[in-house]
Amino acid sequence: MTLPTTPPTASTAPEETSDLDTRDMMLNIGPAHPAMHGIVRIVATLEGETVKDTDVEIGYLHRGFEKMSEIVDYNGVIPYTDRLNYVSPLINNQGYCMAIEKLLGIEVPERCHYIRVIVSEISRIGDHLTCVGAGAMELGAFTVFLYMIKAREHLWELIEKVTGARLTVTYCRVGGVKADLPEGFAELCSEAFVETRKVLAESHTLLTRNRIFIDRMSGVGVISAEDAIAYGITGPFLRGSGVEYDVRKDCPYAVYDRLPFDVPVGTQGDNMDRYLVRMEEMEQSMRIVEAALSELPGGPVLTNPETGRPIPAAEMVDLAKMGDISPLSGGCAVVGPTLEGSGGSHYSSIAADHRQVLLPAKEDAYGNIEGLMRQFKLVMLGHGIKAPKGEVYFPVEGANGELGFYIVSDGAGSPYRVRVRPPCFAIMSALSKLLEGDMMADIVPTFGSVNMIGGELDR
Amino acid sequence: MSNEPSFMTSRLEEALGWARKYSIFQYPFITACCGMEYMATACSHYDVDRFGAGLPRFSPRQADVLFVVGTISHKMAPVLKRIHEQMADPKWVVAFGVCTCTGGFYDNYATVMGIDTILPVDVYIPGCPPRPEMVLDGLMKLQDKIQNERSSGTRPAPEARPEVLEA
Amino acid sequence: MTSDTLIAAVTERFPDGVTASHSYRGDATLVLKRESLLEVAAFIKDDPALQMNMLVDLSAVDYSAFGKSPVPAFFASSGVTLGPSLQIPDKDPWPGPPDAAARFAVVYHFYSISHKHRLRLVVPTPVVSGHGDSATAGEVDTLSELWPAANWLEREVWDMYGIRFRGHPDLRRILMYEEFEGHPLRKDYPVKRRQPLIGPLN
Repeated sequence: MTLPTTPPTASTAPEETSDLDTRDMMLNIGPAHPAMHGIVRIVATLEGETVKDTDVEIGYLHRGFEKMSEIVDYNGVIPYTDRLNYVSPLINNQGYCMAIEKLLGIEVPERCHYIRVIVSEISRIGDHLTCVGAGAMELGAFTVFLYMIKAREHLWELIEKVTGARLTVTYCRVGGVKADLPEGFAELCSEAFVETRKVLAESHTLLTRNRIFIDRMSGVGVISAEDAIAYGITGPFLRGSGVEYDVRKDCPYAVYDRLPFDVPVGTQGDNMDRYLVRMEEMEQSMRIVEAALSELPGGPVLTNPETGRPIPAAEMVDLAKMGDISPLSGGCAVVGPTLEGSGGSHYSSIAADHRQVLLPAKEDAYGNIEGLMRQFKLVMLGHGIKAPKGEVYFPVEGANGELGFYIVSDGAGSPYRVRVRPPCFAIMSALSKLLEGDMMADIVPTFGSVNMIGGELDR
Repeated sequence: MSNEPSFMTSRLEEALGWARKYSIFQYPFITACCGMEYMATACSHYDVDRFGAGLPRFSPRQADVLFVVGTISHKMAPVLKRIHEQMADPKWVVAFGVCTCTGGFYDNYATVMGIDTILPVDVYIPGCPPRPEMVLDGLMKLQDKIQNERSSGTRPAPEARPEVLEA
Repeated sequence: MTSDTLIAAVTERFPDGVTASHSYRGDATLVLKRESLLEVAAFIKDDPALQMNMLVDLSAVDYSAFGKSPVPAFFASSGVTLGPSLQIPDKDPWPGPPDAAARFAVVYHFYSISHKHRLRLVVPTPVVSGHGDSATAGEVDTLSELWPAANWLEREVWDMYGIRFRGHPDLRRILMYEEFEGHPLRKDYPVKRRQPLIGPLN
């Protein structure tokens, strides 16, 4: 490691204005440091309390995502994408699946797009809550952290209802999503949003006009719009500097061009602006979810013609044993209690009709022989998705900025190359510039506003 | 007769164990995804404070339980080892999440396949990531272990894992 | 600009520098000669019609195993052929790896905030000496003078693929540690070859 060190000034002539002997001090922060919510090492060169220069070292959580992607099949990469930005895994799922869909040249139904958007935006709120909460905690506002984690817990319960998992969800499939939204999701969602809005209002009163918080945040970690663009910074960080760039607006994907939302931008490009942008984005995300839920197109619901309700898988098997196969031809089972979360009776409306690509619904894989065979064929190595030779890049708006997937395929059963464009990598590369000239204590709020996520940064 | 612990010392050890198990000062060594569930467990919904473990210490010198939360890469392993060495006895180690238990599904060049290859581990909490209920269960298992530990300060040598060398 | 006009604009300006182009799935892509990377990059950054002010991504691909992955044949011994699942037909096929003679390709993705268009540049990089995992790749000019974002991204490419960047101010490993030997994302680096700093190999 080469670090700029100033030789002791004892050998040089002291300056005229002061006969004090000064020298730079080196301060090592991390890799395991309480104020670093993530593992990163910052070696700062200090002059008094002013940061002259920093050397940022990353890579402590490098766990070979890109290498692992090359040895598993296309569907097998999805669990790894969960653990990239592990605070908002659903956005990664969506980005990866849409990149593969672009490579395959397939379209998914509209309802599927809406569901992906809804869960992604819920995920984004959770991410911003964690970022703002942890950032506030590091400045001493522990209450805000507890409140925000409480709100995140409500949102996670919502996500668990949809996906069956709290954090590592693996919800999207290439060509669809795992399951439809559960019954009564809109009501659950509005209940959770009431809680979240309460927390946001409380946090606003606790932070936004708090003297200490403002003093620590405003005018600190300033970056101009030109610099931010040159460093490749995207997302709330770039918008804090006043550039209105949002992948959802500028290169709309899924159904974002139909949903109403505003892109908040800052003016100063400091930590306070980024905090305010994130707070407002949570509000906008809730607006998107509410609009999407109200516009959510219905799909063909396959039900038992006699009762008007979907037929449980176990019941369907029993009927088939008795020789009654009428529900099997076109009917659709609902899941048993062990598969909670995949209560999909409109599967055809949430997934593309491409049998050579799409994993069958769980209720089909467990419920009938056709589904089981299809599942078996798709998961066997070499028999799964066969993408055509080609390369694509697909960006989505992650919680930290533009999350892009660059996929190269050589026509085999597993991707030839999966490259992730991690949004916080660009921000971290600008960290030295952000910290330069600020005080030592400003490292903490500036680093907090970066929202460094190790899994995404180091992959 | 002389080898058997006297009434007095065994009572004293029980009291020590009881005191220790309800005053866990933990050092959360958070690296990855599991940290999110650690946060969820520590905050108000699941409230780890009910188990006397509500006070994380961010200095290894003040902590007695090391929570290793998240994947440990080969680059991070020396740091983890040093932090463990800095902790004062008596100390315990909890492997939180499957990556710390076995390496999980990151079986590749970058990742340590289980922290028990470099540290002695007391409680394993598998899961990717484990649900807060599992974490609390693991914590209670650790408390049992602390309670039943005898002759204060020392601990049985950890079971040695055979070194499997493969390129 | 659409991808076709983008390609045309750069190709007209640098007829010798651009060796191939395509817009597979709508992504405008130009394959460049290594020597002409700097001038093309400077052009697309400053040209008022292009204004590629953001270097979104910089990565590399190791094409040495392209199309060579073994296709496992299940049930082959039993005489039952279970063909692989059908490929979705491609109207506009991808022309293939950028340069058959070059093992590596450095891939740049650009975006223009003002014009909202994207461009991909591909720079094939052959192996200049050695072979296998000790192969030395040819140097590519650094873009860190034009876009500071390239600084860390080029370090990552060096770390993962061992491609050097000429004129880079600080080319050292970024994700792996200095003691690590080899470049893990090369196709001939075994997935499980560990080089632990402490502890056993496994």
